[in-house]
This record gives sequence, C-alpha cells and structure tokens, in this order.
Amino acid sequence: MQGVFEEKGPSNRYVAEKEGQMTQEPIRLSGKKTSTFIDKVKELLPDGGNLNLCLTCGACSSGCPATGLEGMDPRKFLRMAALGMDEEVTSTPWVWMCSMCQRCIYVCPMKIDIPRLVYFARQSWPRETRPKGILGSCDMALKNDTCSAMGAGEEDFQFVVEDVLEEYREAQPEFAEMEAPIDKQGAEFFVNQNSREPVTEPDELLPLWKILHTVGADWTYGSKGWAAENYCMFLADDESWKHITQTAVKQADDLGCKVFLNTE
Amino acid sequence: MVKSVVGEENFIDMVPNRSNNYCCGGGGGFLQSGYKDARLEYGRIKDEQIQATRADYCVAACHNCHAQIHELSEHFGGHYGVVHLWSIICLSLGILGPNERTYLNDDLKTVNVFHPETEM
Repeated sequence: MQGVFEEKGPSNRYVAEKEGQMTQEPIRLSGKKTSTFIDKVKELLPDGGNLNLCLTCGACSSGCPATGLEGMDPRKFLRMAALGMDEEVTSTPWVWMCSMCQRCIYVCPMKIDIPRLVYFARQSWPRETRPKGILGSCDMALKNDTCSAMGAGEEDFQFVVEDVLEEYREAQPEFAEMEAPIDKQGAEFFVNQNSREPVTEPDELLPLWKILHTVGADWTYGSKGWAAENYCMFLADDESWKHITQTAVKQADDLGCKVFLNTE
Repeated sequence: MVKSVVGEENFIDMVPNRSNNYCCGGGGGFLQSGYKDARLEYGRIKDEQIQATRADYCVAACHNCHAQIHELSEHFGGHYGVVHLWSIICLSLGILGPNERTYLNDDLKTVNVFHPETEM
C-alpha cells in the first residue's frame, strides 16, 4: 500500500510516514453486517454518490492532507462505512478534520463522493455534541438577521461602515466620493463581508471598497445577511444553513440586486 | 490577476496547482473545530508547498485560507507574508494607505504608500 500509490510531491515522505503509523492495527469485523448509515447516505445522493464503486486504489488517501489524522484516511473511512462499521464511522472526530475540499472526488477514477459521506457523518452527531466552536458560531449567526457568527448586529455594522467611510473620505480626498451603501435599492451587486473586518479590523474594509469605487461598481451591503461566513453549513445543520442562506438571498432579491458577490 | 498585479516575473505558482492543489485546512469549519494540532498538521503539506516556492508572499483570496496560512507561516517558521488579494491589488494601484497594511511585511510596509501622512 505504501509507495505504489503515493503522489510525487513535497509531502510524499510525510504521507508515507503517516500511513505507516496507521496501518498497524487490523480492523476486525463483528461478522454480521448491520449497516444502515451508508445505505441512507446513498439514498440521499445523486447516483448514490457512487459510494459502492470504490476500487480501493487509494488515490484519495495519498493526496489527502487529513490522511493519518485520528488514524483515518478517506479510503479507510469509505471502506469502514461499506463494511457496515457504523459506530466507528459516525463517532470518529476525523469527520471534523476533513475540510470537505473534494480533492478526493477529483482524483477518484469512480468519482466517489466521500466528502458528502463525511458531511452526513457529521450530521449523525447529536447537535449539542458537535464541536463547540462551530456550534457556537452557528448559533450566534442565528440570533439576528445579519447572520454574523461574531454577533455583530445591524446597528453595529452600520456604525462601523459609516464611521470608517467618513474617516477615509477625509484622509484620502481622492476617495471623497466613495460610497459604502447599506440597503441601496436597485444596486447591481450585493456584496457580503466576513464579520472579522467590521468587528476586529475595520481598516481592512477599505481595499475592497476602493477597488469597487475605482471600477465604478454599483454595489450595496444588506442590513440583513451581510455576514459572509456560514458556520451552520460546517455544522451540518441543514435547516440553519438554509435559513442563513435564505436570509441573505432574500435581502439581495428585495433590493433588486442582479449579482450576489460572495467575498468569503 | 495576481500576475498582472505583481508582474509575471514575480509570480511563482506552487506545485501541484489548480485542481491538483491541496486544501490549506482552514475551511470546512476546521478553524473553529477546536482541533488545533490536527489542523496545523493538516496544513503541513500546504506550508511545504509554499516554502518550496521560496516566495516572499502567499496571496489568499478567502478569509479562512488567510487565517490558516498565516498561522502556518508562523507555526512552521516560514515567516512568509500572507496577504489578501484586495491588499495587493490596491498596492499595485498606488491606493493602499498606511493603515491598510496589517499583513504586509516590513519589506512592503513603506512601499508606494498612499497618503503616508495619515499613518496612525
């Protein structure tokens, strides 16, 4: 298994070391297949996510930065699911260490959707047991319609935007006409913004505004749904993910914007 | 876009690139998951890719990537700069003020400063 399927790259040796560590323990099956998890996921995915087409080639694992973490890798995860090891698959914290980047699908000859399997494994965790940081960020975003995971409300955002804009219009007169509108009806672009800038580093708002001003873009933030981050998606909380996305999209629609510019 | 901003001769792509590239590990909620050691270990491949280019700066287009790669630069000792795309666009246009340079290293802090008198 080692060597043959390794990709040539700067981290070849590293991956080999990690795989060496994790192949020491044989997996023992109970003998009776009781799987329901992978079958349920198959029902939810187009073409069943191709989850039963694995050739065990290992291309996924050899190019996965999460290989070796928690003694797991994408192929092993998929094989364990296929073998009906539901308890292990739905309890390993590895599912929170896979970023669902989808590189494994890209290199897979059978285009198996392992990231979606990971997503549903996340979803199988009782909500309150999912990682506190992600959970807290999602819950915070649900508290008001700005959808800010850092809890910035409509007035907070408006104050920061107006304050910073005024300061820079004066300090840099070439941009005296620059705008940073909130809820501008009929603007072409609806722009969202990661909460980090307005909350912790407002000067970092400026470069984006200057670029938009320089190219003459007709744009606006929304008082609702301006926050670009969506931790509910990472939490695998479908309803909350949908709520946050819908809040932003509705605001863009209500304002009559033509293009949703996601800066995240 | 990066090439047009920094100049073709100053752009060094990492290997592998495009769809074969590796995720940095900032996404998917990893930054907030609490598994910090695992996250940094995950990012080792990305850091090696960046350090192999010997580039002075890595440009990140998204916040999660920026935060993660910035931490990788410190953690693994590469100390390359990690900048937002918008910062270097404005730098190239000569409209990046002195207070908008948080993520520029000393080599660029004083280059082509827009309204240097407004430095706070």
